[in-house]
Amino acid sequence: VSSLPLGIAVLDSFGDACDFILNPQTSRFSTDKVGGPDQAFDLTVTHLKVTFLALGAALLIALPIGLVLGHYRKGEMLAISAGNAWRAVPELALIAFFLAFVGTGLLNLTIALLVLGVPPILTNSYVGVRQVDRAAVEGARGMGMTDAEIITKIELPLAVPTIMSGVRTAGINIIATATIGPLVGVLTLGDFILSRNVYGDEGVLAGAILVALLAVLLELGLAGVQRLLTPRGLKLARETAAA
Amino acid sequence: MPSSLFSAFHLLAQVEIRDPNDPSTSCVAENKPFCFSWAADNFDRYTTPLVEHLVLVVVSVVLGFLIAFAMAVVSHRRGWLVPTFTGATGVLYTIPSLAFFILLLPITGRGTDTAVIALTAYTLQIIYRNIVAGLANVPEASKDAGLGMGMSGRQLLWQVELPLAVPEIVAGLRIATVSTVAIASLAVFAGAGGLGDPIYSQLTFKTNIVIAGGLMVLMAVTFELLLLILQALLTPWLRARGADESGRGHFADLFRRTAT
Repeated sequence: VSSLPLGIAVLDSFGDACDFILNPQTSRFSTDKVGGPDQAFDLTVTHLKVTFLALGAALLIALPIGLVLGHYRKGEMLAISAGNAWRAVPELALIAFFLAFVGTGLLNLTIALLVLGVPPILTNSYVGVRQVDRAAVEGARGMGMTDAEIITKIELPLAVPTIMSGVRTAGINIIATATIGPLVGVLTLGDFILSRNVYGDEGVLAGAILVALLAVLLELGLAGVQRLLTPRGLKLARETAAA
Repeated sequence: MPSSLFSAFHLLAQVEIRDPNDPSTSCVAENKPFCFSWAADNFDRYTTPLVEHLVLVVVSVVLGFLIAFAMAVVSHRRGWLVPTFTGATGVLYTIPSLAFFILLLPITGRGTDTAVIALTAYTLQIIYRNIVAGLANVPEASKDAGLGMGMSGRQLLWQVELPLAVPEIVAGLRIATVSTVAIASLAVFAGAGGLGDPIYSQLTFKTNIVIAGGLMVLMAVTFELLLLILQALLTPWLRARGADESGRGHFADLFRRTAT
């Protein structure tokens, strides 16, 4: 495109992309204003909304199943193979499948993203519960706790680190795949990337920058949540082991 | 609405105009879940994307394995490097694949190179973590035996530790390959073709989605089986111990892989 040295050209592209985020531009194919902080904010909000809807729903479905299966030590094959099989689901094919066979809209996108979120949470909550020290469970039983109490008061807190690492994996995958949400009619940040004819190359790059930032922030946020939720006893035990 | 939707409808319309009496085109015009005769007549349009997809996956996984393997060998006797490498590969893994492809475009341009760089980056974390876990799980007794035979550190690594870590290493390769088959569906946005190309160009055409998606799943399953066979060939001692124990070993593997 230009005879500029590669380094300068790259900086130029990224500079244009930042400009696109900060200042509304005139679209090349109409007189509309595109880009700018307002539109970027709107798309980010939608992106986060669909991500948290899908992640929350995946958690509501997968966590109880994983906890109960792990507590009663049943369905090992289901819990483990689910955790491996989901990696084979091609994102683009999944979204296209929903577009062609199910329909468009927020609900359909949420369901499609659920498919990516449930397996890692299910597997990790199963494995997390299975790894809980048997002595702790037997102790709780000796104190007269019921199965439900053991699951919620003993196994769930002790399995938090493993469960949260599943939630983080699910979150990364959901927020990544929400990028192609505009294909099913939900305008997420992916709109900048997919509608090049409206936003131009700088819009596409701006979208990629925002999506990458958002994903890294989500990962950091969930890591923070994990730290908050981990029982103090587990942290102490780990520090003692490390020392 | 994305322009690709229009192009999909446009193409369907063309098909219908071409020969409205042909039963295969009426099936396509009605967009039924799967049109066998259309699939049989048009399967050749999936050959190029299939080959492109295959090349992307193989090149990326081989490159990723070489890099991760080198990292694992370097960090093996330098334990303090392990968290650094795990963190660095983890950050790469966090960036959504589509964004990664686009971010590389100004630097490496559209094409296979860009897709291979991003896909390779994604394989690093899984493969590296599995090699490190495999090396960590080598029994102390085996290492002591090797040292007792007068092996040097390098001999111990190549003749004792790495062979014993093969199950975990191949497990890592399997996950990395299967994920790469799936992620490569987005390589179309890097201008690298692959099976995402036919999907993206006709997003609402059901038969097309079923064929291209089916081919990807088929590819993932084939790789999984091939790598399982490779694992069996590389670990003759596990087979010698009998199906029961190797089955248990395999399951223990699955646990290690999923509990992160």
